[in-house]
Amino acid sequence: MATPILEIKALQKRFAGLVATNDLSLDVMAGETHAVIGPNGAGKTTLIAQLQGELSPDGGAIFFNGKNITREPAHRRAHLGIARSFQITSIFPQFTVLANVALAVQAQQGHSFRFFGSAWDDSELLGPAREAMDQIGIAHRADIYAEDLSHGERRQLELAMALAMKPQLLLLDEPMAGMGRQEGQRMTQVLANLKKHYAILLVEHDMDAVFALADRISVLVAGRTIATGSPEEIRNDPAVKAAYLGHGG
Amino acid sequence: MPETQPNAGNATGTLLRGAWPAIVCIALLALVPTLSAMFDNPFLIRLFTRVLIFAIVAVALNFVLGFGGLVSMMHAGLFGVGAYVVAILAVHDFDGAPLWIFPGTSNLAITIPLAIVVTALVALLSGAVSLRTSGAYFIMITLAFNQMLYYFFVALQKYGGEDGQQILASLSFAGFDITKRVTFYYVSLAVLVAVMLLFWRLVNSRFGIILRATAQNERRVVALGVSPLRYKLAAFVISGAITGLAGGLWAAGQQFVSPADLSWIRAADFVVMAVLGGMTRVWGAVLGAVVIVLLEALLPNYTQYWQMPFGLIVILIVVYLQGGLAGLFVRDRPTGAH
Repeated sequence: MATPILEIKALQKRFAGLVATNDLSLDVMAGETHAVIGPNGAGKTTLIAQLQGELSPDGGAIFFNGKNITREPAHRRAHLGIARSFQITSIFPQFTVLANVALAVQAQQGHSFRFFGSAWDDSELLGPAREAMDQIGIAHRADIYAEDLSHGERRQLELAMALAMKPQLLLLDEPMAGMGRQEGQRMTQVLANLKKHYAILLVEHDMDAVFALADRISVLVAGRTIATGSPEEIRNDPAVKAAYLGHGG
Repeated sequence: MPETQPNAGNATGTLLRGAWPAIVCIALLALVPTLSAMFDNPFLIRLFTRVLIFAIVAVALNFVLGFGGLVSMMHAGLFGVGAYVVAILAVHDFDGAPLWIFPGTSNLAITIPLAIVVTALVALLSGAVSLRTSGAYFIMITLAFNQMLYYFFVALQKYGGEDGQQILASLSFAGFDITKRVTFYYVSLAVLVAVMLLFWRLVNSRFGIILRATAQNERRVVALGVSPLRYKLAAFVISGAITGLAGGLWAAGQQFVSPADLSWIRAADFVVMAVLGGMTRVWGAVLGAVVIVLLEALLPNYTQYWQMPFGLIVILIVVYLQGGLAGLFVRDRPTGAH
């Protein structure tokens, strides 16, 4: 865990008077799961969007594997190895589960200016897609249309697509959002397994999951980190208690 | 021709099952010259030649509209460009005067490919501008391009201006006379079938899948590592090129072109054909073209105010047939099934 895979330095983002990201610095080590917690409106999703490239920061810098990617467009960051799963599920509803994941594999394999030959029985796509689905545990739903999936399954599909991109860093934006208790527990297990293979920046509200999974935790309030440390340190930090965990966290 | 998805089952079986309405439709269209001769009714073959050529445009348009989510209102303009390329070169061949430094020609083996290339270039330039917008703005910009092309040909006094241009030279395809009604009909039918096969391959290729995915969720496509603009542009150029081909055929079949071929009403007709036919199937647009052209030809026989029932029929089809006319025949999922 010596070198950081992701370094964020003094990141700034404002929306018409609102400071969403305020001089934020943070890093994720290789192999580390770094959780970012904070109350609603703390700027967690805005941070993820800037890391993925959908939003462009007003100041500061982002380094990925030592390379400054602050101005790289989103699609190129994906090729460098940054995969985001969205807080509000973002899938292709009219494709089957397998097709969704195969598309992620295809995007990762470079350009798609191949005009002939059916992509639907291309083992170069379907093989890795099935692998990613197995890893997440939705292989049995391969032929279901994405729009017919339950909420929990959509969250899983979201993750499988991120994995199919063969990323080095996973940006997970509330992977358990809206899940029931059981689904949430199953997802925690899946993530515990992924944690062994990927560096993860995890934004999550479910504190049980965060404390179970994270190697380090940063607490975000009003766009800046007020504390970073091990789960134990964060649990006992008086500032964190006051600002966030407050009542019985 | 179903737009399939990965599937453990027998791919060929699925293909034939989903394609039967297309096959039946083509078989019926192939009977038209026979029926026309039987009833001694040459109008029938003229009418259905119009169906075939518009169907080529509707299938090409539907590639970007149904599969790419791009409502182009300039396909009449692209159609007209293709038609004028064939007509203008034929005029110069007839006059003997060169077009700048190029001699005119009535050989469709030269002018149709040229129509395709020129239309593709127009689609490339206009697409490079319009595809930077989306939604209503895309519709508006393509409509503006359509009108620019329309007034360009209105202003071309040398080639008939507003009145249009008669083709007096006798057109041929590398020495073969394909302009006889029955021959031309079968040539158009063959082109339609080839175009349907082309787009059916395209929508299931890696390229087509990126296009379809972009229409569903562009943000996600970017997050997966794809920059969608060049795929949309390539699709728009391919669609435009085939529309130019149809325009070239149109000029050859009618021996006449006019700015009316580029009118925005025609552009809207093409959109209606694609939507009505069923946007999620390659062959749906063919059904749309058959129905629209027939309604436009037959309804005026019953009433001067034929647009009223025409509009009603279109509304009823859209409201009651999920998936358009194609949905009448194939009950499975829009983007294909198992």
